[in-house]
Amino acid sequence: MHASPYVVCEHCDAVYTRRPLGRNERALCLRCGAELYRDQFADLQTMLALTVTSLIVFVIANVYPIVTLELQGVSSGTTLWGAIRATWDTGVGPVAVLAALTVFFFPLAQIVMFGYVLAALLRRRVPRGFIDLMHALRLMRPWSMVEVFMLGTLVSVVKIAGMASVKPEVGIFAFAVLTILLTVINSFDLRLLWDARGALDA
Amino acid sequence: MSARAEAFDGRQASDAAPAAAEPPSALALGLLPCDACGFVCRDAPGLEGASCPRCEAPLHARKPDSLRRTWAFLIAAMLLYVPANALPIMQTSTLVYNENDTILGGVRVLWLSGSWDLALIVFIASICVPLLKMVALVVLLLSAQRRSRWRRRGRARLYRLVEFVGQWSMLDVFVVALLVALVNFQSIAEVRAGPGAIAFGAVVVLTMLASMSFDPRLIWDEPER
Repeated sequence: MHASPYVVCEHCDAVYTRRPLGRNERALCLRCGAELYRDQFADLQTMLALTVTSLIVFVIANVYPIVTLELQGVSSGTTLWGAIRATWDTGVGPVAVLAALTVFFFPLAQIVMFGYVLAALLRRRVPRGFIDLMHALRLMRPWSMVEVFMLGTLVSVVKIAGMASVKPEVGIFAFAVLTILLTVINSFDLRLLWDARGALDA
Repeated sequence: MSARAEAFDGRQASDAAPAAAEPPSALALGLLPCDACGFVCRDAPGLEGASCPRCEAPLHARKPDSLRRTWAFLIAAMLLYVPANALPIMQTSTLVYNENDTILGGVRVLWLSGSWDLALIVFIASICVPLLKMVALVVLLLSAQRRSRWRRRGRARLYRLVEFVGQWSMLDVFVVALLVALVNFQSIAEVRAGPGAIAFGAVVVLTMLASMSFDPRLIWDEPER
């Protein structure tokens, strides 16, 4: 199944013929102004490298504490999971579940599945469960919120800086890097993976 | 079919006839694009609801029951918006004071402590964004229902904005989770999460579901079809 010569605007249903783009060009819909497609920043190989990197950074971000707080000689640090557990323990379970899904499980699943699909396609194999993986990748995108969490840590740090001394730890830097990596991964057009899969049959 | 579609190529259309620059819709051309993977099928009787040949997702010319679903999520979000703002999202207790913070209260504390920049960020993310999102969705829904031709491009842009800002309202939820874990010095100082945080998280999720259910193509559909 080949890449279609037509592009249909997802936002207004306008039909166009696909044209190759130059470096950094974007094709915009004439009618509604939405982006139809863009020149991709990276090829599959680069994306795989970024995905592997983000998996490593993800582990670092979750193993090390994000910040530690010191108050009258007592220090208290937290990792992401520490924050999720503490929230669960104070009786607002749904909030803990929401945080666990949007900052831990969805980003992790995204990284692993995206990496697997890329690795298989680069070896010219059809990934097992390709169709289901592609749907999962698409549906998880809006619910993966590492970047929002990153901003949340900054706000928290400033909020408590007045009452105790706050020390940034490895985790906060790892989350900052992860934010950038996931932003790149999430801006990758998944339709290119469908095209790469289609090219294997040809 | 293909010749006709090519004749409607975007650039050519705009070059040749700037007055009638409006490209045709897939619906009018008898094409059925897959929402999930972008694969374009030629529409045929009975194809609506059938599986996409490439990704197996059900094909629909328009998202099914878009307006009704969007209204349902939106009304639920509006109802929960009340407890989200009225109930405390955070309870701070120290040796000297005990405080229940609502969202607006949290912004006030940040402002008074001199961090006007963060107060502004939290104010925008937690108060302006959810409120504007709900108002924007009401405008989009009502105008789509009436098949209005009023400022279509502006409404299309409004919808993209609503989609883009959706997740940023989750900011306060994460702040609460982190503060609960960090400020945990038994008797000296302790932060606990309040029930407002649950309602607020639900508002964010529901408004995101509402904007995902809305089909922006309805903005462009003509009254009589």
